[in-house]
Amino acid sequence: MSYRRTKRDRVLVVDDDASLAEMLTIVLEGEGLTTAVCRSGDRVMAAFTQFKPDIVLLDLMLPGLDGMSVCRQIREKSEVPIIMLTAKSDTPDVVAGLEAGADDYITKPFKNTELVARLRARLRRTDQLAETLVFGDIVLDPAGHTVTRKGEPLELTPLEFDLLACLLGDPGQVFSRESLLQKVWGYHHPGDTKLVNVHMTRLRSKIEDDAENPEVIRTVRGVGYQAIRPGS
Amino acid sequence: MRSLARLWRRSIQARVVTSTIVLSTLVITLTGWALLRDVASGLADSRRSAAVSEARSGFDYAQSQLDAAVETDAATQSQALTQMVDSLTRSRGAKRTYELVLEGPLLTDDGQVPIRSSAAIEPGSLPDDLADTVRSSAGTYWRYSDLALLGAATSDPSVVVGSQVRAPGSGDTYALFYLFSLEDQQATLDLVRRALLLGGFAMVLMVGGVAWLVSRQVLDPVRLARRIAERYASGNLEQRMHVRGEDDIARLSTSFNQMAASLQSQIRRLENLSRLQQRFVSDVSHELRTPLTTVQMASEVLYASRERLDPQAARSAELLKVELDRFESLLSDLLDLSRFDAGAARLELDTIDLAQIARQAADDPLVARSGVTVRLVGADRPAIVEADIRRIDRIVRNLLANAVKYSGSDVIEIEVAQNTDSASFAVRDFGVGLSGDENLRVFDRFWRADPARAQGGTGLGLAISREDAALHGGTLQAWGRPGRGSEFILTIPKPEGSSKNPPLVSVFA
Repeated sequence: MSYRRTKRDRVLVVDDDASLAEMLTIVLEGEGLTTAVCRSGDRVMAAFTQFKPDIVLLDLMLPGLDGMSVCRQIREKSEVPIIMLTAKSDTPDVVAGLEAGADDYITKPFKNTELVARLRARLRRTDQLAETLVFGDIVLDPAGHTVTRKGEPLELTPLEFDLLACLLGDPGQVFSRESLLQKVWGYHHPGDTKLVNVHMTRLRSKIEDDAENPEVIRTVRGVGYQAIRPGS
Repeated sequence: MRSLARLWRRSIQARVVTSTIVLSTLVITLTGWALLRDVASGLADSRRSAAVSEARSGFDYAQSQLDAAVETDAATQSQALTQMVDSLTRSRGAKRTYELVLEGPLLTDDGQVPIRSSAAIEPGSLPDDLADTVRSSAGTYWRYSDLALLGAATSDPSVVVGSQVRAPGSGDTYALFYLFSLEDQQATLDLVRRALLLGGFAMVLMVGGVAWLVSRQVLDPVRLARRIAERYASGNLEQRMHVRGEDDIARLSTSFNQMAASLQSQIRRLENLSRLQQRFVSDVSHELRTPLTTVQMASEVLYASRERLDPQAARSAELLKVELDRFESLLSDLLDLSRFDAGAARLELDTIDLAQIARQAADDPLVARSGVTVRLVGADRPAIVEADIRRIDRIVRNLLANAVKYSGSDVIEIEVAQNTDSASFAVRDFGVGLSGDENLRVFDRFWRADPARAQGGTGLGLAISREDAALHGGTLQAWGRPGRGSEFILTIPKPEGSSKNPPLVSVFA
């Protein structure tokens, strides 16, 4: 995997806590990223349109409009990666955030290195696929980062694209949730299977005829997932 | 048979009906028997007195006949006697209710006593003792006996009355016996007995039916109460009994409803309390974590640039970082414990293999850094359970850290085993060991074996691990011998299994 960064990546920090927001900008600027801060939920969309970030760091607890709603608003307009900052590691909140469209989450308090690693993981793109993949009626073009199904383009987030590319790149291979976390999210996060589960559900809802009875990506009970070539 | 025993054990109604039937059968049998006996003796007594007086007049008649007889010729005498018997049997009323036996003369030359009787009477019909008494002494005597006629299949009960009569002319003595049949009385008695038997049977049936009805009347509300209590117990707190009337059942229902209402309000109150506690914990978590994050990030920035600071500031940055890390783990441990205490901890179950976890633990960087050798036992066979991988990981990390940091042992053994009920994961060291009740106290919050040796850690690791194990329905137990070593065994039950029968037993037990 290699980074393809032609410019300084732009991070939109959405957090109501002034000190934390400033501290985040200090750390991220130190890592060579460009940042902008938004302190209230109802001003996020304006800042988003103006700043055009490559990635959003979003605190879940916000004045004005809460994090989940912000998440959904951004998703309506853009597939930009969203990483939630959450003080709650309680599953329901995290799952709700992921379902609202976030790609990943970090639980406070976190280490600077961890934060940067996760940002980088979401900013880097999968380039190991050189040629276009044709998988039944799904066509995945790595160069253009586009996926079409029966000729219709699919609106996949970069993360969903990576997830799909990972599975289709090695059909028949069973990927455990652990190995998907490693390959797609780019870091080892033991046992955090809800990340995989939530995104797999969303990915299936986009690429499968019937997400309840998936035909492209099958669940291998107790192990993980595998892509099945149609007709095989 | 077993279903009957079960019915007896489980149904009050069955017991009430059965015991009512048994007891009423006993009472009715006793009264019936007493009644029957009274009726029988009454019937027999009245018949006897009538019989005795009728017999007396017969004896008088016979005596007068003998008094009047003056014949001495044996043949005519015999004929006269036969005529007398005939006239005695004919003398009274339309239907004869008795048979007659005349013995005599009792003293004859050849010792043969001639017997004349009104019918062919079986020899045994005259009771021997009565016959002897009458033959030997004067007076009227009676006995109950059985009267059997020759050729008849059955014998009837009878009363026998006997007396001596003397012929003054010849000086002969005769014994005259009246045998009164009690056939009519017997028939009456049979009738009464049949009626009693039939009536008693019907009565027992009716009493049983009444007992069934009455017990139903009492038990139906009780059963209803039981069903409602069961539903209540299974969490349906809105269940109430229907109150009707003012009887005991209604009062029971009222009391039940009061109890249910008070329990419900208590439960609501506790639920509310627990919810408040959870919200508080969650709020504290959020409020504390945000500033802590800022502080920690700042300390990391300072720490990263410590080479550019003067020595005191650089050391301060180091201390700040180390202690902030400790503060963070303490906070997260405390929050975890408060979640356990509030009952807010939830499991995310997955199928996991404890053997795989053991193999991973052996490669843990913590172990590698410490220079401790890890021996794996039984980790080549899978031990599959349904568990929350993150909690199991945390337990294993705590146990390993414990063994590496505090035991002073340079070898650690990890053993995995399973049976049908559960799987166990043991971490064993051969270091300082545990003494006294330390195997229980290690799980106390903030407990440390030796305060002087406290190095890092929160003192909450094992307490949390034990809660984690309990959340799975499993156990975490410690054993140890001073100077020999200590062992921690985690047992996680399989689905449908229990951790009562762990596949591993401590070597220090």
